[in-house]
Amino acid sequence: MMPSLNEYLMVSGLLFAIGFAGVLMRRNIIIIFMCLEMMLSAANLSLVAFWRFGSGNGMPAEGYEAQVLVFFVIAVAAAEVAVGLAIIVALFRARCTVHVDDLNSMKG
Amino acid sequence: MSALFYIFSAVMLVFGVLVVVNRNPVSSALSLVVSFLGLAALFITLNAYFIGVIQILVYTGAVMVLFLFIIMLLDIKTEQRRELNYVALGGGVVVILALVSQLAILLAGFVPGKQKLSVLPDDAAVHQDVKRVGEAVFTDFNFHLQLLGILLLIATIGVVVLSRRQGRADESGE
Repeated sequence: MMPSLNEYLMVSGLLFAIGFAGVLMRRNIIIIFMCLEMMLSAANLSLVAFWRFGSGNGMPAEGYEAQVLVFFVIAVAAAEVAVGLAIIVALFRARCTVHVDDLNSMKG
Repeated sequence: MSALFYIFSAVMLVFGVLVVVNRNPVSSALSLVVSFLGLAALFITLNAYFIGVIQILVYTGAVMVLFLFIIMLLDIKTEQRRELNYVALGGGVVVILALVSQLAILLAGFVPGKQKLSVLPDDAAVHQDVKRVGEAVFTDFNFHLQLLGILLLIATIGVVVLSRRQGRADESGE
């Protein structure tokens, strides 16, 4: 009994929902950032699942565009993490907090 | 195969929940590492070996080390004891339940999604996954790859500029 496409999509949706819940509930900016990464990875999982079932009958699609897209998403996410964490460090130096409720004015 | 799928999904989702629930940022980061390992295993069950390896190398290797490094650097132990924001908590639960139930209803009526994963023949092209992805990246998507290189260069410069000490910028005339 092999898993079906719907099961992969549901797992991916659940991971996305957990990440989304983290973004909404947590107030620590680093945790929020980690949850954003989780949401990106959930999107990657559904992309790869659609690729793997792309030809119907549980066979993968002919082309490799989906995996190339996932590769680019991961690379861009890595660049995004580097810039985001640098911004968090700069913010912490200016305000001495990582709690988003304390960051309520734009002019530092 | 199916058992492995459920085991790795459970690992991924349970440690994903732990990321959100843990009060200590270091435990959150380490839970995220385990969650991403489960995700990489799921990629491998989908015969996307290259993506699975990249997921482990880039996310659980590089990105999470960067996160842990920043958490240690900022020394945010004093941030741990905060009372919960119950409005955000309740709103989050409602939004998540809406999202998941919507998805479940949608997937129940999604006929192409009912197909099962089939076992690939031994000579399937997918088993040369890295070769195929490499060919696609370096031929059809060569321009995009170069754009990506420029993006990474810009990100590197941006990080250096952002993490310069404020004091030095003030001394040099601002």
